[in-house]
Amino acid sequence: MNENRAAKDLICVGKGVERVDTLEKLTGGALYVGDLLLPGMLHAKVLKSPHAKARIIKIDTENAGRVPGVRAILTGDELDYRLGLYLVDKYILAKGVVRHFGEAVAAVAADTLIAAEKAVELIEVQYEVMEPVLDPVRGLEKDAPLVHPELGSYDYIKDVFTPVPGTNIANHTKLRKGDIEKGFREADFILERTYTNPNVQHVPMETHGSIGQWQTGDRLTVWTSAQSPFTVRNLLAHSFSIPHNSIRVIIPYVGGGFGGKAGIHLEPLVLCLSRKAGGRPVKLIATREEEFSMLPCRSGLVYTIRTGVNKDGKITAQKMTMRWDSGAYADYAVNVTRASGYSAAGPYEIPNAWIDAYTVYTNKPFGTAYRGFGHVEFSWGIERHMDLVARTVGLDPLEFRKKNALRPDSITLTGEKITADSGNVTKCMESAARAIDYGRLTEEEKARERQTGMKIGKSVVALHKAPAMPPCTGTAVILKMNEDGSVVANFSLTEIGAGTYTSVAQIIAEELRFPVSRIKISIDSDTDKEPYDWQTVASKGLLLSGNAAILAARDLLAKAYDVAAQVLKASVVDLDHDADGVFVKHHPSHSVAWRNMAVGYAYPNGNAIGGPLIGVGRYIAQGLTNLDKETGQGLPALDWTYGAHGLVALVNDRTGEFNVLKVASAFDVGKAINPISVRGQSIGGMLQGLGTALCEGYIYSPEGVLLNPSFTDNKIPTSLDLPPEVVSIAVETPQLDGPFGARGVGEHSMIAVCGALGNAIQNASGADLTHMPIRQEDVWRALQKS
Amino acid sequence: MPCSVPDEWRNFMKIRVTINNSIVEREVSDNKTLLHFLRDDLGYTGTKEGCGAGECGACTVILNGKAVNSCLILAREADGAIIETVEGEAGDGKLSPLQEAFQKHHAVQCGFCTPGMLMSIKALLRENPKPDEEQIKKAIEGNFCRCTGYKQIVEAVLYVTGQLEKQEELIHE
Repeated sequence: MNENRAAKDLICVGKGVERVDTLEKLTGGALYVGDLLLPGMLHAKVLKSPHAKARIIKIDTENAGRVPGVRAILTGDELDYRLGLYLVDKYILAKGVVRHFGEAVAAVAADTLIAAEKAVELIEVQYEVMEPVLDPVRGLEKDAPLVHPELGSYDYIKDVFTPVPGTNIANHTKLRKGDIEKGFREADFILERTYTNPNVQHVPMETHGSIGQWQTGDRLTVWTSAQSPFTVRNLLAHSFSIPHNSIRVIIPYVGGGFGGKAGIHLEPLVLCLSRKAGGRPVKLIATREEEFSMLPCRSGLVYTIRTGVNKDGKITAQKMTMRWDSGAYADYAVNVTRASGYSAAGPYEIPNAWIDAYTVYTNKPFGTAYRGFGHVEFSWGIERHMDLVARTVGLDPLEFRKKNALRPDSITLTGEKITADSGNVTKCMESAARAIDYGRLTEEEKARERQTGMKIGKSVVALHKAPAMPPCTGTAVILKMNEDGSVVANFSLTEIGAGTYTSVAQIIAEELRFPVSRIKISIDSDTDKEPYDWQTVASKGLLLSGNAAILAARDLLAKAYDVAAQVLKASVVDLDHDADGVFVKHHPSHSVAWRNMAVGYAYPNGNAIGGPLIGVGRYIAQGLTNLDKETGQGLPALDWTYGAHGLVALVNDRTGEFNVLKVASAFDVGKAINPISVRGQSIGGMLQGLGTALCEGYIYSPEGVLLNPSFTDNKIPTSLDLPPEVVSIAVETPQLDGPFGARGVGEHSMIAVCGALGNAIQNASGADLTHMPIRQEDVWRALQKS
Repeated sequence: MPCSVPDEWRNFMKIRVTINNSIVEREVSDNKTLLHFLRDDLGYTGTKEGCGAGECGACTVILNGKAVNSCLILAREADGAIIETVEGEAGDGKLSPLQEAFQKHHAVQCGFCTPGMLMSIKALLRENPKPDEEQIKKAIEGNFCRCTGYKQIVEAVLYVTGQLEKQEELIHE
């Protein structure tokens, strides 16, 4: 939908307009699920497993049932519904066996939260503790205990995924490109290393929360903090065998998602509690501790990369083995495995590639989507490895990256040919490098080294990501004109903070030639009222919904022109419009005002034509395919957003202490629809990436008990962790099918920050790191070895 | 989260507080936090609960002039206090200059930390009308924001205090 309009002709797109959703958020008026009260509403609490793996021998709820105010108690025995996005492997409450610390075992709904808590404390569970699997490498061993012995009986999406019954492999994604053996024979150097990442929590400031009501006649309503209303509805319909039109999912303001709310989580439980409580609404808000352990996290990764390179610095072959730590359930982890399995080399051309990516069940809290969808994790390994290979062949790491970067006519891992319109990763790297004075120290930096006795190191890393989505992903936008000529837009992306509502409002305003203040985006998502969208994930919202918005605006205009042509007694081809109305091009004063057409045009005698002005726009991804299950070849990418980070670190090469002084991030966004929003995504994601790089990650006891499920022991970056200098750069190579040339950039800012930090630290101090997060003691330990 | 003390162990007492200039008298149980008193008893749901453990700052309100985590204070301890919440920030149907600065600078993304963030900054600006960048960062250190990376929040505060000399922008290349 890129019409290649010159920037000077744009009235709204490309401008840093204020966000459309902030007024309520600034005044306390924005209602999140936790703020909602419904008549007769009950409050729920959950009993969780204290063990990583155990057989449930007996659950005694008798004493709990005696607590005054308790209206419903549920255990897994009563609920025979299984859930799963791609592989149907999870019960609503554990049944017979618990598979991770924090897994929901029983739940209570009561008149008050205190009564529900008291009742939960009185539920007695007898467990027989079993040997857990706590590591994906161990999980792949032949004698490893099975997390899901019944794997062979589970339903799954057969065109896309490959579970291996009798093992802990929930999915095996393969990719084969070129001739790997020949590629290694051509290499002058072959380097192999393994890089690791822990589980990490998303930490939306608003924890998961849902209110469910299951009324007579199987009428289900759920108010929930989720990213994807239609996915929640679809999975509820399948699990409960209830028609879609009997289920209504409403999503008010959402306090951050980051992928953790992309799927279905507390919704089935509150609905089942409501059914048992006679149809009263039941509210469950996760505690922060539950957010860490009962709700999903990001999968860990053990990533082995074997690279062949010739002495000129061209990569000839790369074999990649990914062992994704899925935790106890497959959820999104199988698709993270698939999506990272086709982009696992980063934005570099690998002529001969071989990937085996395994999703491995373990007895840990389960993994789901997390901003970047696998790319943050594998970029740690790839970007560390690129520096290792560069050093080995004696090239500067940035030169080595540029030499191997994807460029027009490069062939991606899945066989897609890159074009000049795909975006420009080399330009991103060069922009980031320039912004940090890569390759030299400034006078100021030299002085800083002298003053502190510490060393300054610099790095530039590159990244790419395409939306991980079904090839047939579609969306729709409906525009409704109000009596005064203002417009309400309905669509089913949720505004989880990324600013997409504002960008879509700007696109609509641009097409209609209205001021953006005339466009209102309906905030609540409601499956009964909004048109379908697949999900709010994958950085695909701006492109798909933006295109649908353009088409909706054009549809509304076409209908208005039809009416105006009759009123003005003119041909449609002779008409034009502005913010006031539709007019005859060569007689601009001969016009009809929007407000006179908005709900139908009435002639002076009362006769009327038209009717309420509504524009409908539908858009579906074009030309994408499933991937061949044996070779991984196909066209999975709606678009590739490329980027790069340049990072400057100050490191004490004796103690391992370090500070991040500067981060410069560049992304080829195609077109920055709202530059302030792009900068917000760039900086916010960069700091989230630094959190992953610096301090976040799950720590378990040898028995698989999560030891740090709180902000006391699992901090996220605070304002004091923001580097003193932060630079955001937009490269703008228009995307041919992007709205005004735009691509998504919601996730990309988080990708590869960890590699940038590791490389800058090594550049400064020689510390050679293969595990993240990088705490100061890790640098000290690495220094002892170097 | 409220602790689970059996009803029979709990005492109730009457407290009187001034919230956003209006006086409120209520019976509260002695284990009720100020956060739950504000949210559940009075409907001031602008103040959010992010962790219930005094770590994240989403529940920040101003109590007798100081920014505090309302999840760590019992309602009974606030007896007689003057409390300010996000609901009192706008006046006469208009955003305050601080709120306007947040809007202009995109210092809000998901919005869940925003009420607490505003209260921490409001308390800071009363004590120090021209805080420098480090002082601003220190004042909001206890307010976690997962979305913005804090930069645009700091810029909004510098702007509203007349100290933002040059607005950094997205560089187009």
